[in-house]
Amino acid sequence: MSTGSNALLEIVCPAGTPAALRTAVDAGAHSVYCGFRDETNARNFPGLNFSRPEMREGIAHAHRHGAKVLVAINTFPRAGGLALWHRAVDDAAEMAADAVILADIGLLAYAAERHPHLRLHLSVQAAAANAASIGFYVTEFGVRRVVLPRVLSIAEIARINAGVACETEVFVFGGLCVMEEGRCSLSSYATGKSPNMHGVCSPASHVSYRDDGGELVSRLGEFTINRVERAAAVAYPTLCKGRFKTALGCGHIFEDPASLDVRELLGQLRTAGVTALKIEGRQRSRAYTGAVVRAFRAAVEAMAGGEPLPRDLLAGLAEGQRATSGAYLKTWR
Amino acid sequence: MPVTAAHSAADLPALLTLALRPLPTAPLELLLQRLADSILARHPGLLDRIGGEGTRRFGIEPRDLPFAILLEVQPAAVHLSVVSALDGLQVDARIAGNLLSLIELIDGRRDGDALFFSRDLAVEGDIEAVLALRNAIDNAELELLHELAQLAAPWSGIAEQMMRTAVRALAYVAPVPAGFGERAR
Repeated sequence: MSTGSNALLEIVCPAGTPAALRTAVDAGAHSVYCGFRDETNARNFPGLNFSRPEMREGIAHAHRHGAKVLVAINTFPRAGGLALWHRAVDDAAEMAADAVILADIGLLAYAAERHPHLRLHLSVQAAAANAASIGFYVTEFGVRRVVLPRVLSIAEIARINAGVACETEVFVFGGLCVMEEGRCSLSSYATGKSPNMHGVCSPASHVSYRDDGGELVSRLGEFTINRVERAAAVAYPTLCKGRFKTALGCGHIFEDPASLDVRELLGQLRTAGVTALKIEGRQRSRAYTGAVVRAFRAAVEAMAGGEPLPRDLLAGLAEGQRATSGAYLKTWR
Repeated sequence: MPVTAAHSAADLPALLTLALRPLPTAPLELLLQRLADSILARHPGLLDRIGGEGTRRFGIEPRDLPFAILLEVQPAAVHLSVVSALDGLQVDARIAGNLLSLIELIDGRRDGDALFFSRDLAVEGDIEAVLALRNAIDNAELELLHELAQLAAPWSGIAEQMMRTAVRALAYVAPVPAGFGERAR
């Protein structure tokens, strides 16, 4: 499925709080994604997310301003704990959410059966990275959109779009994960808490920072994962962004800390048939949300009007203060 | 290789920091406590979003000021004290940054993670409590100048106008927080 060449690409923005949701809508978001204040969503961090009344008011606010709300219920339910996830789907449907973003097959089946009119999006956590896999979710559950894993090149995305009967959404800005979305166990190994089931990657309760003679030492659980010199930019305290000593020397063995920023590639993504552009960062502030959404709204409008892309500097918001085009232009070694 | 951090907020002039050193802290403490009480009354969801049980003690260290602030968060109240230094005090978490960064963070004009990436903000101790505090403040949509002006009720409007004018004038001689002289959002 492809988007018409002149259609405005949909900007899908993160909101960790009701204030961030309002900021995103004010800044020009077409859609906002957010989650309930529990382990049903993959950003279950302290002080974040929406109570039921906040979600209801957030959805109403977005609708009054012509924006959509996509409710992320994208962790994998625990055996014996299904009721929490089912209630989240039921509540999102009752609150007139425009879609729910799900990853678990059982939860997709539940939503499709109980709420046949509820629009289903497949979370990146499902890691559906080829047309056959996506086709399964479309055929079995009526999934209308898939959020593609951050492992695909633009050519691969174009091939997927040519072979699937649903919309695709791709990440265009923000933090990057290692290439095992929905299956990564690094944080679970270090802390006992799973990003995929408890919704917390590198839970704050297990993170510690220490100043050691001007060097910032970060630890996750029992592991020292980084030691950064006084003048150097730092990253999130995740194992995948840590630096480790190996036989090859000391360095980032999983990936370098950097944020995705592919404003320069929006035209190619549109040509590849992408419908929506996802901005990562429900854990970030409304200052981040406002700045990034404004920059991307300006970029998609300039592109639709055939004008040059505006140059807004977002590098200061990037993890490790570095931007990357991720896998989109990558050639595999 | 790590990237050299690009700092984003200026320190107060050293002369100003020096001039503040001999001033008594009691009036500032009183003002901050009244400000905190007023903010809690005007933003009743703030403590709920911070969550947690019992008392959590945050040591806040504006690096370019000659004193620090001890913030005690309880389930239904907060207490603020001004101390000469945090050394020797029992705190659950420490938050350090220059005054401008801290004000802009509270005002929602800077992103906390970005300030952390650039080393403009440092945190130690109970990171869960720090994140809850930061996220709750961000959601409250505070603007410090506007909140300060509420203490002058019923002349809040005039007080806010005067403070904005004063901040715009101050901007000629010292760094001021981004947008502080502008009208309330």
